[in-house]
Amino acid sequence: MTYKRPKADAVIVGLGWAGSLMAEELTRAGLDVVVIERGPYEVTHRNFPPSVAADELRYGARREALRPPSVQTLTFRNHRSQTALPGRDLSNWVVGYSVGGAGKHWSANAWRFTPADFTMATRVKERYPHMQLPEGLIVQDWGVTYDELEPHYDRWEKIAGISGKAGVLNGALQPGGNPFEGSRSAEYPTPPLERSRWNDLFHATTEKMGLHPFPIPAGTLGAAYTNPLGINLAPCTYCGFCGFYGCGNWSKSSPNACVIPALMTRKNFTLLTECTVLKAEKAADGKTVTGVTFIDSDRNIGFQPADIVIFAAFQFDNVRLMLLSQIGTPYDPATRTGTIGRAYNFQTMSYGFLYFENEYMNPFISTGALATQVDDYNGDNFDHSDLGFIGGAGILALSDQATPMGMTDRVPAGTKLWGSEWKKAFQHSYQNYAKIQGQGTSYAHAESYLSLDPNYTDDNGQPLLRMTFEFNENDRRMARFVRDRIADICRQSGAKTWEAMAFPDQPFSPTRAYDSGHTIGGTAMGLDPATSALNRYQQSWDAHNLFVIGASSFPNNAGYNPTGTLSALTLWTAKAIINDYLRQPGLLTR
Amino acid sequence: MNRREALFSLGTIAASLAVAPGLGAVELKGVPHDTQLSDDHMPQPAIRSGGFLVLSEAERRTLGALYDRLLPADEYGPSATEAGCLEFIDSQLAGHYGAGKALYLEGPIRPESELQLMGTAQFLASPLERYRSGLAALEAYAQRVDGQHLADLPAERIDALLGEMEAGRLDLGQAINSKGLFELLLQNVREGYLADPMYGGNRNMAGWKMIGFPGARYDYRPYIDRRGENLRLIPVSLIPAD
Ligand SMILES: Cc1cc2nc3c(=O)[nH]c(=O)nc-3n(C[C@H](O)[C@H](O)[C@H](O)COP(=O)(O)OP(=O)(O)OC[C@H]3O[C@@H](n4cnc5c(N)ncnc54)[C@H](O)[C@@H]3O)c2cc1C
Repeated sequence: MTYKRPKADAVIVGLGWAGSLMAEELTRAGLDVVVIERGPYEVTHRNFPPSVAADELRYGARREALRPPSVQTLTFRNHRSQTALPGRDLSNWVVGYSVGGAGKHWSANAWRFTPADFTMATRVKERYPHMQLPEGLIVQDWGVTYDELEPHYDRWEKIAGISGKAGVLNGALQPGGNPFEGSRSAEYPTPPLERSRWNDLFHATTEKMGLHPFPIPAGTLGAAYTNPLGINLAPCTYCGFCGFYGCGNWSKSSPNACVIPALMTRKNFTLLTECTVLKAEKAADGKTVTGVTFIDSDRNIGFQPADIVIFAAFQFDNVRLMLLSQIGTPYDPATRTGTIGRAYNFQTMSYGFLYFENEYMNPFISTGALATQVDDYNGDNFDHSDLGFIGGAGILALSDQATPMGMTDRVPAGTKLWGSEWKKAFQHSYQNYAKIQGQGTSYAHAESYLSLDPNYTDDNGQPLLRMTFEFNENDRRMARFVRDRIADICRQSGAKTWEAMAFPDQPFSPTRAYDSGHTIGGTAMGLDPATSALNRYQQSWDAHNLFVIGASSFPNNAGYNPTGTLSALTLWTAKAIINDYLRQPGLLTR
Repeated sequence: MNRREALFSLGTIAASLAVAPGLGAVELKGVPHDTQLSDDHMPQPAIRSGGFLVLSEAERRTLGALYDRLLPADEYGPSATEAGCLEFIDSQLAGHYGAGKALYLEGPIRPESELQLMGTAQFLASPLERYRSGLAALEAYAQRVDGQHLADLPAERIDALLGEMEAGRLDLGQAINSKGLFELLLQNVREGYLADPMYGGNRNMAGWKMIGFPGARYDYRPYIDRRGENLRLIPVSLIPAD
């Protein structure tokens, strides 16, 4: 059966951070908004109160909050000469599958990018005119600057109640914060979290080394707080059931806790759940879209007409929906033309794993974002003149591993992984282990891209998204540099044994433990339609009433988690729609 | 579980109806007023009937012998079977996990490049099928090579077999990836030792006591200032069972 629903002013696909923030702006501006979400409606008290959430088998090991591969997965290969294979079991592709999206169960490291991250192409030209970048590396400006986004970062932090300490406030350095950050117009809405034992040790060690440690911004709240939408949030209790878990306390920022309760009270807001959007429909003029086709939970096909269509379906699904809707030109790596699927990038990780003696780290006292960081080697905060690469990493002591199953492999290298030897080592390591993460930048490469898979389909029979990705030479050089800085810290830390590693020293694979889930780009924003899918307002160059919001828009990734930036960009785009597009529909870069 | 999965589990009837019985898209307008805990979000504890649901007595004997070498009884805590790991895995294999409900199982599979590309071996068989075929192959191997039931072999011999599996050297025939099987057994036995006791394992919270994990506690604000201290917190389970 097929049916057509009443027309809306705007239809939004997906109700995660991006979709809910966009819906909040558009409904407040008076638009009639329909959101179509693939997963079910979920709220704290019904679905993940403390009596349910604190369950590692269910949420940590089986990852029940995520979209299972059986519903939709990706295929993967390192090079385009290979045949891609589907990820069959749990992997690092961690995708949301309910109202709230991945924001329901994220780890809440709540960052802004640095000003340089948005303008690296210009920056390289000015600061490193003689630098030789590897062949095929894609470095291009976003078309939007940090200064333009600053008010929107601020708004998102206030909605989410982010905890932290400003390092640069209206241009003035603040003690205790990150001295390298872009200037902020306001302090964080809630105070920073208390430090863990490991945060403390790292803080003392790095300070002695002349580095600049600070508490990272966290969506695990530093105090009770009422946000600008009038919603009450609670202080974080450090329970440790955080990343991969819904928060039972209303103390982790999420669309479910911070935005959706307000949305649900608005008469001009309608939410369709358990409906999967299959594609947007193109208008006869070829310059616009007319709405989206979806399949509901009875397997009937519906059509939702709308004047404005917004894809907010997460990075992967945004790119896939563009390809399925046949909007724009798919990227072809042979000719290096086309933009949909191009500029795919990721997050380049380095690590230090440390083992102390006679410690009580008490790792169970934890949040997904309980960390002390140094940014001395992040972004373009240091001179790259003679280094042969661009980018860097945030280097952080992260106390985010609280629960035991996820720590069973954390015993010193060479330890037998079973038998009494393992039990002894695990007992010891549980209280003596610590981790330093180098969360590194990623620049896209001409050979890494997203496309539709020719062989495998999802539960609706649509082609899976195919990822072709391998680390590039810039990633490798950067990560080795960061690994060596991490090793310097390990050496000074007092740990008995430690190992430091750069992930690009091995081929990329989607199941490597401790790798990032931050998958970025594919519908890059930019100033030139030949190299970007979207203009600087995240508006499709090819269909002016289609906006695509999410980390899919980033042409490169910074040495930070992506959600703060995709949220700020969402609010920036919402303002452009409300203040400009509604008055005169058409390309906003006219 | 969402409504779509609920419908599909009724079979294909709902899916093939030309006009579904009065259901369109699930449309929400206004704040839903339900306050009770959602049924499908209640945890599903292991059934404590004393019986087993899927593993036969012979399979349990073989598996218990393997599990108790992966996690033997020693000064750090009880053995895997003493801690309830057989009850745990039986319950897991009888449910969604055992059926591979979350797995993508469309073919073709390309064994020659799965490991290289995906970083881990992949399978079209469900975990229950992999247990069944794996335990049968190991038992057959013991009878053929050692002339005994696997469960009757001395501890050192079982350790040697596990070591060979771990290294991917034990030949259990074409159909069995012995390294993959070892990884599955090790993952599950650790889960049984460390999961909330309501799932049948971690009896008396022995796994948590071994390392000092306080379990399903939800508020550490009173302890955050006591950095580096042995807090000696008594563990708690989601559903007090023991
Ligand atoms: C365990 C974990 C930890 C993380 N930790 C951090 C962190 O510490 N810091 C950070 O910045 N980021 C973190 N992330 C990433 C972060 O969660 C995401 O960047 C962010 O939530 C993305 O928001 P989004 O709105 O773009 O997409 P999502 O939140 O994924 O929302 C997209 C929604 O669209 C729906 N959808 C998809 N396809 C369709 C379709 N075809 N039709 C209808 N609906 C559809 C999905 O069901 C989903 O609800 C983490 C992610 C995970 C899984």
